[in-house]
Formats: sequence, C-alpha cells, structure tokens
Amino acid sequence: MTDKVQNNKAWWLVLPVFLLVAFSAIVPMMTVVNYSVQDIFDASSRYFVGADWYRQVLQDPRLHDSLLRQFIYSACVLAIEIPLGIAIALTMPTKGRWSSICLIVMAIPLLIPWNVVGTIWQIFGRADIGLLGWALNAMGIAYNYAGNTVDAWVTVLVMDVWHWTSLVALLCYSGLRAIPDVYYQAARIDRASSWAVFRHIQLPKMKSVLLIAVMLRFMDSFMIYTEPFVLTGGGPGNATTFLSQTLTQMAIGQFDLGPAAAFSLVYFLIILLVSWLFYTAMTHADKR
Amino acid sequence: MAEIRLQHLAHSYSASPSGPQDYAIRQMDHIWEQGGAYALLGPSGCGKSTLLNLISGLLSPSEGQVLFDGQVVNELTPERRNIAQVFQFPVVYDTMTVFDNLAFPLRNQGMAEPAVRARVEEIAEVLDLQRVLTKKARNLSADEKQKVSMGRGLVRDDVSAILFDEPLTVIDPHLKWKLRRKLKQIHEQFNITMVYVTHDQLEASTFADKIAVMYGGQIVQFGTPRELFERPSHTFVGYFIGSPGMNLIDVQPQAGGVAFGDVLLPLRPALQARVAQGGWQRLQLGIRPEFVRVWDEPFEGAWSARLVHLEDLGTYKILTLELGGVTLKVRQPEDRPLPGERVCISFPEQWLMLYADDYLLEVGP
Repeated sequence: MTDKVQNNKAWWLVLPVFLLVAFSAIVPMMTVVNYSVQDIFDASSRYFVGADWYRQVLQDPRLHDSLLRQFIYSACVLAIEIPLGIAIALTMPTKGRWSSICLIVMAIPLLIPWNVVGTIWQIFGRADIGLLGWALNAMGIAYNYAGNTVDAWVTVLVMDVWHWTSLVALLCYSGLRAIPDVYYQAARIDRASSWAVFRHIQLPKMKSVLLIAVMLRFMDSFMIYTEPFVLTGGGPGNATTFLSQTLTQMAIGQFDLGPAAAFSLVYFLIILLVSWLFYTAMTHADKR
Repeated sequence: MAEIRLQHLAHSYSASPSGPQDYAIRQMDHIWEQGGAYALLGPSGCGKSTLLNLISGLLSPSEGQVLFDGQVVNELTPERRNIAQVFQFPVVYDTMTVFDNLAFPLRNQGMAEPAVRARVEEIAEVLDLQRVLTKKARNLSADEKQKVSMGRGLVRDDVSAILFDEPLTVIDPHLKWKLRRKLKQIHEQFNITMVYVTHDQLEASTFADKIAVMYGGQIVQFGTPRELFERPSHTFVGYFIGSPGMNLIDVQPQAGGVAFGDVLLPLRPALQARVAQGGWQRLQLGIRPEFVRVWDEPFEGAWSARLVHLEDLGTYKILTLELGGVTLKVRQPEDRPLPGERVCISFPEQWLMLYADDYLLEVGP
C-alpha cells in the first residue's frame, strides 16, 4: 500500500528524551532500589538482603508515628487551605487596579523560600522579640511553640496556611474568571440564590483547577521538611517530626542507608497512591 | 404577563458618552403589548442583545425608563422583574440532571414539589425531552442543552415576558423549524409576551406577528412582515428584508420626477411637491426586485435594460440588469421565458419608494 521505508530510525529521535529521563529519574531511583535490597558498606563489600529492610521499616514504631502525624497534618492543610482559598478567590475583586494589587499581594508568600518562611515564623512567634509571640503572651495567652505541642502544631499549620493558601486562591481565581458571564446572567433570571450559584455554577466550573490545587497541596504538604525543621526542629519531643524529617535522620543522621532507601520507596508509593485516589475520586463523577 | 413600554430609553456602555456614536441604544420609545409575539430583527452589533438585557434587567439603562404595565422597573433586578430569558448559547447547570435543571427556576421560587413535577413533565413533553430527564445535563448534545435552556425559560408560567436571544443558533436546521413551531404553539397556549431576537428574517417572520427592525441602536421600523416587505420605512429595512434586498438607486430631483442616468421617472404630484421642498443630503429610489415588471416586448413607458447576469435558483431567477449606469436586481418566476440581451422593464408607481437620507418620504393619500 505505502511506499514509506520501514525502519527504526525514529528511535534516534526518542533517544535524547530517554537519556534525559534516565539521568534525572531512572538512574537515581534505581540507585535507591539498589540500596533498599542490599546491605552496602563500600563498593566491594555488599550483601543481598532481599526484603529485610522493607520488613524492618514497616515494623518501625517511630515511622508509624510520623506517618500518622503526616496524614493528620496533610488532612489539616487540605481542610483549611482549600475552603479558605476558594473563599478568598470568591471575594477577590475581578477588575480594576485592586485586582492587580490583590494578585501581587497574594503571590508574595509563594515567592519566599521555605527556610526563610521558617525563619520568619520562628522569629515572629518568639515571646521575647517576636511580635506574635509577645502579643499573645501580653494578652495572657501562654504561647510557646518550642515547649507546647499544641502551640507547635498550630504554628506549623498557620505557617503553611500563610505560605500556600495563595496558591489555592490564585488557581481558583483563574478558574472563576473562566466562567462566561452568561452563566451568572442565566442564574439571575432563574432567581438562583448566591449559594445555588456557588454550588451549581462556580464549584463545578472550578473543578479542574481544584483538582490541581488539591493534588499539589497534598503532595507538597506530605513531603514538608524545611519549614517545621527550621521552626521547631521536629519538637517538642517528636511532636512535629514529619515523615521526611524522620527519613533524613535515618539516612544522614544514623547512616542507615538500606532501611532509608526502602522507606523512601514506600514513601514514594504512598504519595503516588493517595494522589491517584484523589484524581480518580474527583474525575469519576464526570463519567456518568 | 405584562405590557412592556420603553420610554426615552437609551444606553451607552461608556461612562461619559460624548456623542451618538457612543450609544449602543439611541433614544427610543416603544411598546411591546401584552401577549404579543414579537421579533427583534437586525444585523450583528445593532444593539439587539443590549435592548433585551435592558428589558430583562441584566443591564440598567443610562437614560430613560423601562415600564412593565405602567410601573417603572429600572431599579428592579431580573429576579424581581420576574422575566425569563433564553441565551444564544446553551446554559445548563452541569452537575444537575435535566429534570433538576428544568425544576430549578420553580424550586427557587418555592413551588411545591408535586406542582414542580407536573410542570417540568409538561414542558419536557413539549420540548421532547422526556427520554433524557434523568440524564446529567453535561452529557447532552448541544441542541439538547439548548432545549433545556429554553425549557428553563418556558417552565415558569407566571412570567412577565419571555425573551429569546437568538436561541436557535446552535440547533440544526431541521430541528430549528420544529422548535420554532413549538414556540409558536406555546405562545398561543399560554398567551405570554415573547420577544425573539434574531438576524434571520425567515425566523423572524415565521415566529412573530410583528417585527421590529433594529439598525444602529434604533428601531427603524415596527410592523408586520408584510408591511416590512411592501413599505420599508428605512433603506436598511429594504436592504435587509427580502432576497435579494431592495434596489436602492441614487436619484436627482428634476422637473416632473426624479432621474438617474438618462432615465427620468415621473412621480405622483403629491410626492413631487414633497421632493421639491428639498432639505436633505441624499435622495434614493427604492424598488423591490419582485416588483420590477418585465415585458416581453418594448412599449412606450418601458425602459430597455442590458442583461448583465442571470442566476437560476431553481424556484426563481434573478436577473442583474444595467440601466442608466445603475445595476438593478430583478426577481422573476421560474416559468418565465429567458429574456434576450435587452430586457424591457417598467417600474409600477405603487411600488416606487423614495428615501430622503435613508427615511421613506411619505405623503398623505
């Protein structure tokens, strides 16, 4: 039928991408896999241990604790930032000078590096020199994020909300701007209440950006490391020690590379699985 | 149900309009009577949708008043005006079923559920939507969505009026005809004032008893389809209505009539006197292609025109003629024999219209 030459030259075109992905993802990941199934002392002395490291980390109570803490933390982050972000997006001005000013102000926290955010809040919350800590204590509220578990948790959460709610709000804002005016007009003609407008027009039309917001906020919060590390160092006790910090301690502090590698892969799979669940749950309704 | 009256109504989208060119709607007075079926006909950008939005309250006019049954409603929101409007592109509530979509306006006004059910089923039957009532609205085809959109407009039977903003744009031609019939039936059944915006003259004349032709932010003529055809009161109406549109020829007044090229057309004395008064920039003669008479052989009083082009459209022919340096279109029935190189034509006096600066020169009988 066709005069086209049949050969495999096209593979050459795929090669650059393959090399790039290999060096950026496959090779590092296989290194981790390599460590997770062997006990490696140096290049010449290594022993295959099978699933031993996996068995060990899955039974480690310290990891169970920080996994639980991590889930509670991510759930709190989503439960606060998603509704708050939607609410901010709904109240932001839509045109004129104020809309630009709002957008810029909203974008500022997103531009600040993680460790700087941690440092800002660490100082801000101090009872002696920080405005927040000093003001709370002056009002008679005994606030001390370094000593009190609840205070530490609240501070870490507020810090994350301050840092990342803007992202959710900006995504929702862009979703809202994409709704044609005629939908609002039709709703007015149909005498819809503002709740009905939100429930039946704005929310469904925002769904795709909300999906992105939920996924990004879940993944980022589940991997959070720098901010609580700078603020509380994981304390008081282990109260704000999240998964990535536990992992870092294991890998770099104790130099348990085998269990740390095994745990990295488990960690990765958890994030993949939960993200997949969110994605499926949120897109499933479309298929009816 | 209401009579809608527009009083000195004007609208500009600019905050400080500096002249007529800044107005989307130029000052107008108009009455839509209770229970009428009206069409608002005009080209894109002439202000049709703006006028509709002023009536429904989605826009509030910069000048003048909108009155429902004598009550000024300028300050009332669309919700309070109790009006239904169907938009050009389908608007459905994606996450609701078709039934819930249709029930939405009724539930919003607090109607009891059994009454809602009865009413929705009635409208679903009229629009042929019963099969899809339980489907989610987002999974419908474009024309089904538009039917749902229309259904939400029709489902309330207590509305002051129903406004349609080119509602059949996305519907395929066969269904278009059916839906237009349906709308007409609904109109006859419920006796609700309906205003139907369109740029399609056929759509306007099949739906409406009376048509308002809009041009440049103004209603230039309001009349039955027949009046618009036979006595266009503005050159735009002549040009826009009819296929092809009216022949419009620039003429100069002369003793005994008006002239173009070497052609002198006599006028009735009354019109002659009117023309003699002068006072305008441009004088045009208008005659419909249908009303130009073609004769088989020359006779006194007929003009000999040169045939430039002939289009055979199956059911009729369109001749393009050249007379006195002017191009004329003439519409002829299919069964007439083909004319030769020269065609003898005359202009029946009763169908000759004279336009001064685009407006029809009228004289008393």
